[in-house]
Amino acid sequence: MGFFVETLIGGLMAGMLYSLVALGFVLIFKASGVFNFAQGAMVLFAALAMARFAVWIPGWLGIDNALLGNILAFLAAGGLMFAVAWVIERLVLRHLVNQEGATLLMATLGIAYILEGLGTSIFGSDIYKIDIGMPKDPVMILEGTFEGGLLINKEDFVAALIAAVLVGLLTLFFQKTSTGRALRAVADDHQAAQSIGIPLNRIWVIVWCVAGVVALVAGVIWGSKLGVQFSLATVALRALPVVILGGLTSVPGAILGGLIIGVGEKLSEVYLGPHIGGGIEIWFSYQLALVFLLFRPQGLFGEKIIDRV
Amino acid sequence: MSREIGEVILDLKNVSLAFGGVKALTDISFDVREHEIRAIIGPNGAGKSSMLNVINGVYRPQQGEIVLRGRRFARMNPYKAAQAGISRTFQNIALFKGMSVIDNIMTGRNLKIRTNLLLQALWWGPARREELAHRAKVEEVIDFLEIQHIRKTPVGRLPYGLQKRVDLGRALAMEPSILLLDEPMAGMNVEEKQDMCRFILDVNDQFGTTIVLIEHDMGVVMDISDRVVVLDYGKKIGDGDPDAVRSNPEVVSAYLGAGH
Repeated sequence: MGFFVETLIGGLMAGMLYSLVALGFVLIFKASGVFNFAQGAMVLFAALAMARFAVWIPGWLGIDNALLGNILAFLAAGGLMFAVAWVIERLVLRHLVNQEGATLLMATLGIAYILEGLGTSIFGSDIYKIDIGMPKDPVMILEGTFEGGLLINKEDFVAALIAAVLVGLLTLFFQKTSTGRALRAVADDHQAAQSIGIPLNRIWVIVWCVAGVVALVAGVIWGSKLGVQFSLATVALRALPVVILGGLTSVPGAILGGLIIGVGEKLSEVYLGPHIGGGIEIWFSYQLALVFLLFRPQGLFGEKIIDRV
Repeated sequence: MSREIGEVILDLKNVSLAFGGVKALTDISFDVREHEIRAIIGPNGAGKSSMLNVINGVYRPQQGEIVLRGRRFARMNPYKAAQAGISRTFQNIALFKGMSVIDNIMTGRNLKIRTNLLLQALWWGPARREELAHRAKVEEVIDFLEIQHIRKTPVGRLPYGLQKRVDLGRALAMEPSILLLDEPMAGMNVEEKQDMCRFILDVNDQFGTTIVLIEHDMGVVMDISDRVVVLDYGKKIGDGDPDAVRSNPEVVSAYLGAGH
């Protein structure tokens, strides 16, 4: 029993991170109808920026304090993501208003390559580490309840906590502020939003900024766990099944989808793995997504697609 | 009625609009006076909706200009139009379906919001007070349109007639000086039409809002409008008060076909 709960918790924590990346997809898709293939590249770009700034900025300013250095690096990387959002809107999106979804998709594919190339040419292509002082040692909890206690990875726990807080804040922002309401309005109907004086261009910049911050947080967490390297861009691919599961237009869907995928991966690896030869973790989520595409293409919480014929 | 019809506030001069080879509007000029109810009528495909879309900048005419309170706009866009006090409703209701009635109407206050993103994000004093003030204004609109009972309902779930009313509410929340209504009564039953008529007249009367509307129901148009423009195949064929338009032979033949 203890082992099952341990696996479950491990899955939930990994899932929280998937949710975070998936959230980036959902935010942009909701607000602009663009499936943003560059989300993974944004995660990589943000993580690279964070890793390098954390070394460069203390060097330039002569700061010894690791915490202050990290905070400055985080702010600088955040600023850079804002700049990226602004440039993307200026140079790409603005010129593609009212174009087909496929056109926009191809454009984000282009943005992905540019970001990856730009990232590695500015920040270099070595493997960097991000050290934000996450506790690395595992800890035993609930020794009274379960025999032998539960072994929890502290780092995962802190990461999941950060992700949960971010998701909570974003939800409040969307539901409670007038800008959040304007964002939801744009997501629902571009034309109507414009006609009541919501500036589409500004909203898009804000959305891409938010997606940039989400990418930064995801990048920092994954980076501090696995190191910053090119493969970080493919983390986004693992979030694809999450958005299919949760529905492309649903924030709660992205969160729950992430958790389901995280738990599903871990449990299937541990309990099904021995019977059919292991390595399930890698393909399990895609199988699940495939099943959903067959039987419930709009996902758990997505809007049902009804077309007038 | 207490309102007085005033000066010309919206003047359309020689507007022509084409989509590729299709001429939607050809050399159309007409004006709208302050506080009046101005109707645009015409058979299907006459260019009525195109005309409205030109006024609020969804379409950009190839020729002609829009003069709004003495200001010339060669290129209008929906955002500029909204800033200049023009709000509108849509023929195929374009509400934000996933959002509640209150939230939909609140979006109409967007241009009036002054506090910045940071304050809003922190839900800080001024932002909070402002939000409450706008909310109070929205409640007034809700009372005016008699939709208190559906305030929290997602609009996607409402029947068509009520959705049309919410659409009007969102436009009213902007406190527009000019209100464009694209077929506000299409698809409604008699009772709903009467309600909508009453709201339009009340808006005009109580707030002095200038109204430009497109409507197919001739009885309604002739009853509530001060002046009527008639379009046919993108050309203006009549303009004047309802009686003059009714007796205009060109208008009669456009509606009933040639040979009448």
